[in-house]
Amino acid sequence: MSSSASLFLVRAPALRRLPLRSALLLAGLLCVPAFANDYWLNAILIPFLILSLAGLGLNVLTGYAGQLSLGSAAFMAVGAYATYNLVVRLPGLPLVADLLLGGLIAAAIGTLFGLPSIRIKGFYLIVSTLAAQFFVEWIFTRVSWFSNNDSSGVLSAPKYAVFGWQINSPVSRYLFVLGTVVLLFAFAASVVRSELGRRWMAVRDMDTAAAVIGIPIARTKLLAFALSSFIIGIAGALWAFAYLGTVEPDGFDLNLSFQILFIIIIGGMGSIGGNFLGAAFIVLLPILLSHAAGVLASIGVNVGQLQNLQKILFGTLIIVFLIKEPDGLARLVQIARQRMRDWPLSS
Amino acid sequence: MNFFLEVLLGGLLAGVMYSLVAIGFVLIYKASGVFNFAQGSLVLFGALTFVSLVERHVNPWIAFGLTLAALVLIAIAIERAVLRPLVNRPPIVLFMATLGLSFILEGAAQLFWGAQVHGLDLGIDDKPIELGGVMISQFDIFAAAVAAVLVIGLSLLTNRTRLGLSLRAVADDPLAALAVGIRLPRIWAIAWALAGFVSLIAGLLWGARLGVQFSLSLVVLKALPVLIIGGFSSIGGAIVGGLLIGASEKLAAVYVGPLIGDGIENWFPYLLAMLFLLVRPSGLFGEPAVERV
Repeated sequence: MSSSASLFLVRAPALRRLPLRSALLLAGLLCVPAFANDYWLNAILIPFLILSLAGLGLNVLTGYAGQLSLGSAAFMAVGAYATYNLVVRLPGLPLVADLLLGGLIAAAIGTLFGLPSIRIKGFYLIVSTLAAQFFVEWIFTRVSWFSNNDSSGVLSAPKYAVFGWQINSPVSRYLFVLGTVVLLFAFAASVVRSELGRRWMAVRDMDTAAAVIGIPIARTKLLAFALSSFIIGIAGALWAFAYLGTVEPDGFDLNLSFQILFIIIIGGMGSIGGNFLGAAFIVLLPILLSHAAGVLASIGVNVGQLQNLQKILFGTLIIVFLIKEPDGLARLVQIARQRMRDWPLSS
Repeated sequence: MNFFLEVLLGGLLAGVMYSLVAIGFVLIYKASGVFNFAQGSLVLFGALTFVSLVERHVNPWIAFGLTLAALVLIAIAIERAVLRPLVNRPPIVLFMATLGLSFILEGAAQLFWGAQVHGLDLGIDDKPIELGGVMISQFDIFAAAVAAVLVIGLSLLTNRTRLGLSLRAVADDPLAALAVGIRLPRIWAIAWALAGFVSLIAGLLWGARLGVQFSLSLVVLKALPVLIIGGFSSIGGAIVGGLLIGASEKLAAVYVGPLIGDGIENWFPYLLAMLFLLVRPSGLFGEPAVERV
């Protein structure tokens, strides 16, 4: 924004308007079930919200604290299996407690695999998160105790209810996911604005300098792993209970970890709202492409090639984003908003 | 005892195959400081292009040349379109760019050549022969010989030629190399082309064993722990790491596997790599990072 324009515009601090904006957005999202049909809720809105949440979790770790992770899906699996076992084995507990405990268990496992980060830096660290990814997939396939000794390996998610409210229809699942997502986003947003969030950013930007000014590096990194895995674990439980409807190791493979990483690259590293943008992109692009398939098929493109084209498009977009807009869609939206505000007073 | 030796030798030789993939990583990491996740896709792309050309009745040697030319072109394109615009950006950004690159390469390879499994016959049987009372696969010995030739060739190239001198200069200090007139972009393209060559060799050997198909790009996940143990910047480290991983993985699968369940070779190398890192955070032969504030 140029300085001449700022003379004419009296700008309220952005933060003061934030609650109003969030409330408007929330009201909009609450009204959605009135318009959307079941397909929209099941295939688009629910995965969109859950992936945003998983993106938020990874963003805390990678975008704010600067620790690269390729094991997000593993921590989602831990959250899902932990919640499942709590629901099945301790029927007396309310679902909210199951979810919270499931998240805490995921946080504990995440912290465990984060321990090497105290000694190992940079790329060497991805070995630890990849170890988590493969080990978790293996143990949930092999050890039948985790799947309640069910031999099929595919568990259907049990029926569940919150405070007597049965969650079985698409609308109720949507609202349940929405409520969880909103609470966790509010929580994470306040944490990254706190002293802890500033410490994370200091460690991300230069850990040696952060250590010099007295930030306890080990504790700061481990707290990032813990909060990140907590959020990702709850996202995993929602993914299994509210989206897939089943609990199975195959639902949480390395591909899902990559998808979550792409969400934060495209949405914006080190941004809270960007996770929504990135997740919307990841969920909507394949749907748009399959709609485009009809058009492409009519001009002679083999439909079977679509998946390859989609891969190429994805890869290209990632590289273009990294080159042109390293801060992702969140930054583009910010720039656009600034332009709108300045217009027509300055060009 | 013989059985133990057989498992050990089989593991060591399998490890050589991992090293081949890891060497490609090292070449690129040393020259451009990029952790290249797309190495596995280069392996897939090379093998798939070669096989598809041969299936279209192109002479294998010409097919090899054509594939190599394609990989060189890709290296130049990567330098132009990805490395140059991203110069001076944090390593994590470059790593993620190579993730995108691997998607493009995998998509393009399958777009051109289809996704079905191709058999690849290099003319060497995967039959065991007896050597001093121990059964070893002929193919493994061939692969080890190829790897040895490759490593000797690469070390001659880096230690005895002018090009090698520039490569080492860039690896040592890019700024100083620039200052004495070495063209960084050209060196990057050459390093990526070399890595493409290595990945083509690796792709042919792996393809002959597993069949040329999408899963070939997953050998990158096998090569990662190798790389981590050896350190990112040492070709010798890649070899030693490969041998270590190969041997211990096979031994663990045979002796530990029955105790805790099958399929541990998926995560066992990672566990091993992690334990190694706790003792030596930059791998066996990696250079420890010196940081200044």
